[in-house]
Amino acid sequence: MQNSAPVTDDLHHQPAVARAPARRKTVGRALVALASLGFLLVLLVQILHTTGATAAGFSDWRPILIAYLIWAVAFAIAQVLIRGERGQRALFLLPAVFFTIAVVIFPTIFGIYIASLDWNLSSVEGPRFSGFDNLVGMFNDTYYWNALGNMCFYAVAVLGEYAIAFGLALLLSAEIRARKFFRIVFLLPMMLSPVAVSWMIGKSLLEFRFGPAATLARYLGWENPAFFASPWMARLSIQAMDAWVSIPFIMIILLAGLQAMPREVQEAAKVDGANGWQSFRHVTFPIMLPVSITVLIIRIIFKLKLADIVINVTAGGPGGATDTVSSFIYRVYRDRSNVGYGTALAMVYLALIIVLLTLLLRLSKRWTQKVI
Amino acid sequence: MSTLALKRVRRHPAVPRAKRMLGRALIYAALLFWTFICLFPIYWTVTTSFKSAVDVTQAHLIPWVDFQPDWKGWRSLGLSPDTLFGTSTARAEFTSRFVNSIITSVGASLLALILGSLAAYGLSRFRYKFAWMRNDDILFFFMSQLILPPVVLALPFLVLYKALALLDTRFGLILLYTLSVLPIVIWIMRDQFNAIPIELDEAAFVDGLSTWGAFLRIILPLAVPGMVAAFILSLVLCWNEYFFAALLTSTDAKTLPVIVASQTGSQGINWWSMAALSTAAIAPLVLVGIFLERYIVSGLTTGAGK
Repeated sequence: MQNSAPVTDDLHHQPAVARAPARRKTVGRALVALASLGFLLVLLVQILHTTGATAAGFSDWRPILIAYLIWAVAFAIAQVLIRGERGQRALFLLPAVFFTIAVVIFPTIFGIYIASLDWNLSSVEGPRFSGFDNLVGMFNDTYYWNALGNMCFYAVAVLGEYAIAFGLALLLSAEIRARKFFRIVFLLPMMLSPVAVSWMIGKSLLEFRFGPAATLARYLGWENPAFFASPWMARLSIQAMDAWVSIPFIMIILLAGLQAMPREVQEAAKVDGANGWQSFRHVTFPIMLPVSITVLIIRIIFKLKLADIVINVTAGGPGGATDTVSSFIYRVYRDRSNVGYGTALAMVYLALIIVLLTLLLRLSKRWTQKVI
Repeated sequence: MSTLALKRVRRHPAVPRAKRMLGRALIYAALLFWTFICLFPIYWTVTTSFKSAVDVTQAHLIPWVDFQPDWKGWRSLGLSPDTLFGTSTARAEFTSRFVNSIITSVGASLLALILGSLAAYGLSRFRYKFAWMRNDDILFFFMSQLILPPVVLALPFLVLYKALALLDTRFGLILLYTLSVLPIVIWIMRDQFNAIPIELDEAAFVDGLSTWGAFLRIILPLAVPGMVAAFILSLVLCWNEYFFAALLTSTDAKTLPVIVASQTGSQGINWWSMAALSTAAIAPLVLVGIFLERYIVSGLTTGAGK
């Protein structure tokens, strides 16, 4: 890092040169080489230390993180030195790229490695390579398949959320008074943390002895209003809670779409003599289709991460009926501390999501193009 | 704009007044019904924090009419008027979690805003080529992280953080939260920068500013609305995050959702103290929602109208 100070000084003397002089290029390349060498050296020392080959080393891996940071800074400076103006432009993108590589790409690759281990964090013996044992275990794990099945239900239920949200968006775009008030109120559930919602609704409103919802259900003639006892009822209750939190998001986006809709189209429909339902069916809905599909896909992506509410309200019960993949893996880790198996499950899930979304995007592209 | 407006004007040129009134009434009935759905859980939680056991079991709803409000729930948190100035371990615990939540969510939002704005400006103004990747590919690379479910990263991070001695630290949480909101920030900011005419950059170059000078002194001040929107949206997402916090913190760095969840789990917990805790946990965001709704909406709807 010592050479960085004079280097930045240099920059200030001659800003924005299209092609950097040869000497600066050499300095830049040397800087990258030096930084890489230093990083690898630190890494090597630490690996040797951890495997027990040498006594010298650090107590934890944090120096590696610092070494990576220094390397990233040196690389960025070298880019400016080597490529001048183009290097300065690359500087905008580099921090985000380095950050992403460090916290997404590397952990994901590391995760694929962990997935092949039999590694119980709480046991004294360390990781043990087990190849595809975790995958084989997964195929025999009925709870995992059950959770995947539940995810299908939750994902399909997004359509219901969408229908309600569309209705609300239409209501808000009607000529009404106090529109701002209603908009803020309708938005509020989205702001609340799912964990607080788990208690507010799941644990107290729907509590079967004296929650108001249960009282209301009794009043309406449901003898024994247990919202989390039977599998389907529990699944629906969880879904209702998640819908409560997430409908505002869909609504806001649809509302923006409605407001961006050209007025002439509506008026043309009016002239053609369409009634309310007809003009919705043949004008509003088709125009809103691209926005709708976008928001549905985003919503499904977020739905596939559903965990907080399930963990806190039912912990997957009764009998795994409400389990999502995330909440199941969370329990696999909490109950058995098995990092390897949990990661293997998560990796398979990720692969499934990628396949599903690729299909969905392909499909939706064709579909929206046909309509427009 | 609405379909209802159409119905009135066209199909029945002379709609009976009564029918129009009915339509209006139905709209407002629906609006009020949904208002009730949205607000009742919040109302219930806030009032329950002032109830005693009898009022809870008998489902009393309206303060001063049904039941006599009392600071019960807040006393158990050490936040009622009579305990506010005394010492209270519950309050100390609550305050430290509250501070943790603020530090992690503000820290992560700031970091994401810095990294995201830079990347978004670059992607909106210059043409990059990293190996086979062009601008669109790079943008897709950033956006594709949105699909990554937290579980995929959670366990590898557990192992990595253990090795890096970052478990149960606020810094560790900040890194993770940054990564989860970075795609959203990039998305919002790129839209914002695209809306600023490139002629401004060119004028700045003519005036002798460098690339970075033009960005920092001319463009960035113009992008403040987008930055505020992105920041607030990130803040909300980070504040509510539970999954990583539950796995990666144990004592020092616990955030608010984690203690709310841990209290929920225990069976013998009093409803009033739980309600007080929930109220305290959601209050900041309810305020944000009421006063900064404009920014949240503009952040969410980026690119939706196109």
